Amino acid sequence: MATLEIKDLHVEIDGKEILKGLNLTINTNEVHAIMGPNGTGKSTLASAIMGHPKYEVTQGEVLIDGENVLDMEVDERAKAGLFLAMQYPSEIPGVTNADFLRSAINARREEGDEISLMKFIRELDKTMDFLEMPEEMSQRYLNEGFSGGEKKRNEILQMMMIKPTFGILDEIDSGLDIDALKVVSKGINQMRGEGFGCLMITHYQRLLNYITPDHVHVMMQGKVVKSGGAELAQRLEAEGYEWIKQELGIENTDAVTEEA
Amino acid sequence: MTVETKLALSAQEVRSFSEKNNEPAAFADFRVSALEKAAALELPKPDRTNITKWNFVDFPAHTVESAVYTSLDELPEEVKAVIDTEGQQNLYIQRNNTPAFIKVSEELTNKGVIFTDIQTAIREHADLVEKYFMTTAVKVDEHKLTAYHAALVNGGIFVYVPRNVVIEEPLQVVFVNDDAKASLFNHVLVVAEESSAVTYVETYISTFEQAEGQVNVVTEVIAKDNAHVTFGAVDTLAKGFTAYMNRRGHAMRDAKIDWALGLMNDANTIYDNTTNLIGDNSTSDFKMATVGRGEQKLNFTTTIRQWGKNSDGQILKHGVMKDAAQSIFNGIGHIMHGGTKANAEQESRVLMLSEKARGDANPILLIDEDDVTAGHAASVGRVDPTQLYYLMSRGISKAEAERLVIHGFLAPVVANLPIEGVKKQLTEVIERKVR
Repeated sequence: MATLEIKDLHVEIDGKEILKGLNLTINTNEVHAIMGPNGTGKSTLASAIMGHPKYEVTQGEVLIDGENVLDMEVDERAKAGLFLAMQYPSEIPGVTNADFLRSAINARREEGDEISLMKFIRELDKTMDFLEMPEEMSQRYLNEGFSGGEKKRNEILQMMMIKPTFGILDEIDSGLDIDALKVVSKGINQMRGEGFGCLMITHYQRLLNYITPDHVHVMMQGKVVKSGGAELAQRLEAEGYEWIKQELGIENTDAVTEEA
Repeated sequence: MTVETKLALSAQEVRSFSEKNNEPAAFADFRVSALEKAAALELPKPDRTNITKWNFVDFPAHTVESAVYTSLDELPEEVKAVIDTEGQQNLYIQRNNTPAFIKVSEELTNKGVIFTDIQTAIREHADLVEKYFMTTAVKVDEHKLTAYHAALVNGGIFVYVPRNVVIEEPLQVVFVNDDAKASLFNHVLVVAEESSAVTYVETYISTFEQAEGQVNVVTEVIAKDNAHVTFGAVDTLAKGFTAYMNRRGHAMRDAKIDWALGLMNDANTIYDNTTNLIGDNSTSDFKMATVGRGEQKLNFTTTIRQWGKNSDGQILKHGVMKDAAQSIFNGIGHIMHGGTKANAEQESRVLMLSEKARGDANPILLIDEDDVTAGHAASVGRVDPTQLYYLMSRGISKAEAERLVIHGFLAPVVANLPIEGVKKQLTEVIERKVR
């Protein structure tokens, strides 16, 4: 079992504090969902864990089995087992999806022990088939001209090929139609198991109809303010966030800031 | 008043060079008259690059003698790498100024295709040379460098494709430069008659670090009605040359001239690429990629002039600048009066890898007709940190991520080169230059 531990995390962007002491522990074989209103720092959490250059961690730790990933470069974090399915994946013209994926897989392997081309192609074909992606997408340039749905599917493809220990999914469901959502969910469910822990960030309860979380957390004002099981998500769906604010005495101060 | 420049050779020396090569008397006269013009004419004025202090005139020797290659086994390894020695049916190798190897398939000869070194062409195809050599695409008296070229031309290739002949396999030319004292006044003349088609790929390879001579190359591609010419090139000429490389296209009705150029010289180079779309429905798709490094000074002026109705001109220029390299990317789309329904598009993008490097993208659209479409895009910037972050988040190191982004950026030209070995060579040159 592996553990991802987020301790007292404080994060600023352009000098403004977004995360204000966030705590969360995720084990492999668990799926966690983070929900919350706009502008409460959900995406900031994902980006800060992965090491986006715009986000500055001012306090706290993110540990994988006790080792602080915040001391690592972005690529080292990935090699330590983290994967972030991004809300807005970059487009890289001139680099084919297949070449990129092979580089990513080989980056984790020793020189001389690179994945054989045949084995790679077999796995890629199988996984693309599973995600109902047309074969030609492997030869298209990475995310270039992909539709929103294709980009999200491509993020899941990468996750399934790279097989990280912890997958963080930043609004993987946004902009997806129901068919695409089903396929993306199928991919994530396929990953579930002993060697994989997952943190899903979402606005919408609908995603959780397809991927049942083990734990649900509510974020407000840069912190996790409430945690529970799958039933918490259902109550949020039915009643919104107002009752939590009242319960915890939170005033409507931050819901107006834009999503960072 | 213009000041006469003292040129490296006298009229007498030019004439005796011509005689030594058994050129027709008319060509000797042509050279001498061009030499007189070269003395009087001014240098070209590439926009935004001041070349008045560049020395385009002097060299250690006008021509150097090199041994021919009796077999392809004798080629240097880097030259072998660009040639499919078994499969390539039509191949010309020039070693410095010496025609060193030629192979033409019987099939092409039987169809009347001419594929021969320029000196042989001047001797044996005087009628065609007289008709097309600096008469249609490039004129002798455009400026000092075209005239100087005409006077001193000492190498190059002539390709003639008769009417209705479609050549499937690419013609390959390699200009090997293994003598640091050599100067290259190469003339490439490609004439494609009506409804013919040809793909031509040339490679310039210097095998040493520091050159002392001149490069003054003029290329003329003439595509008659409905002819298609695809022209690929990879230039890797050494530092020390002063290089002027003019590649020009002349497209008649329904003709098509496409360019894929990997412009990888280490020499200071003025690149002048113009395609004239003369006929209706003529098209040109121009793609170039470059990497500048060291203290290099580069000017890439690409022009597509469109006279024909419904013509289409596409310019794509991608450059990577590192160290203290300085580069100007001039792109000119010019639609002439009467060129109705013409379309002119251009894109220039420069990626800067160091603080001291300079790259200016200068897109110009000149439109003298109402009923046309045109567009341009230009950008100069660094490698996008968000792209690097994305790639690194998949475990790819920063160095490898940068490498992927840069290769991807230059990919449009690599992908369009029609010979596998040349494609691979360009990828390797990019790798070496950006490292």
